[in-house]
Amino acid sequence: MSDVTLHHGAEHAAEPHGHEHHHPFLQHHFEDMGQQHEASTLGMWFFVAQEILFFGGIFAAYFVYREMYPDAWKAGSHHQNWQIGAANTVVLIGSSLTMALAVWGAQGARRKFTTLMLVLTLILGAVFVGVKGYEYAEHIHEGLFPGASFTYTEATPALTRGVELFMTFYFTMTGLHALHMVIGAGLLLYFIRRAWRGDFGPEYYGPIEIMGLYWHFVDIVWIFLFPLLYLV
Amino acid sequence: MAQEHGHQPDHETYHGHAAPHHQAPLTAYFLVFGALMVLTVLTVWVSRIDLGALNTAVAMAIAVVKALVVILWFMHVIHSPRLTWIVVISSFLWLAVLFVLTFSDYLTRHWKMS
Repeated sequence: MSDVTLHHGAEHAAEPHGHEHHHPFLQHHFEDMGQQHEASTLGMWFFVAQEILFFGGIFAAYFVYREMYPDAWKAGSHHQNWQIGAANTVVLIGSSLTMALAVWGAQGARRKFTTLMLVLTLILGAVFVGVKGYEYAEHIHEGLFPGASFTYTEATPALTRGVELFMTFYFTMTGLHALHMVIGAGLLLYFIRRAWRGDFGPEYYGPIEIMGLYWHFVDIVWIFLFPLLYLV
Repeated sequence: MAQEHGHQPDHETYHGHAAPHHQAPLTAYFLVFGALMVLTVLTVWVSRIDLGALNTAVAMAIAVVKALVVILWFMHVIHSPRLTWIVVISSFLWLAVLFVLTFSDYLTRHWKMS
């Protein structure tokens, strides 16, 4: 950090008029705000590409085991409360809307609007994770958490093993998804502070845009999880 | 603009614009949200109808459409430079490789020798 500051200082000493109209958030290794914006969103897309493959592997495994235990998958998913899942889908897509509106607000330097939308996104995200926690509590109460204490009495023993596998996928997939939501909530807190401070405007809204890319990606994962876990 | 000032910085070298923004109208986002809600209802509705093996295919097709809507409009890919398109498309290309190679093995193990 001090290295960067020193270098920046030296540059100014060498050409005192060269960098006077810099945007305060322009990193000095970029030509202008446009280049910085494109570089950072592109970088985020590379990260999202890794995330797509990360979840993709688990989805592939889901389909392989579903092919092996189709009846157990049906039984397991019918055990889910699809009304809760559908309601949570609405909540999550709603949070994507408020996230997109936050980016829109940042583009127009609407400080209060942007902050409000980020807060709403955080609240909707918290509602989603809260509902998920309620569902988890129900499953665990029913003995549906995979492991030594797994109990599922509605089927033959052969099917029970399959349902246990389904629940393993259920907890892994929704758990990893919820973990992404929690990380996203932490990031939102940081950006709420920055938005309130008035950091963002038409020249500089890349960080909010990137936050949005992450949040929408997590939304997309759920768009696939909902039919695969609740509506088989 | 550029002809007025000779010292205009060469923004043109980078995709032709200095300021990064393309601001979609606010109504566009509500339309996208509405479309996603309609598709969510459709997903639930169609899952109540017994289409046999087609049920999953239909559910996945709707999910793909929803994901596309989110990617293009919420994630602004539709107004993004071509380089972003390449990264987005190639990431799904790799996902397709993952799926096709995995499934071409696992989902074809049930054939009978007769």
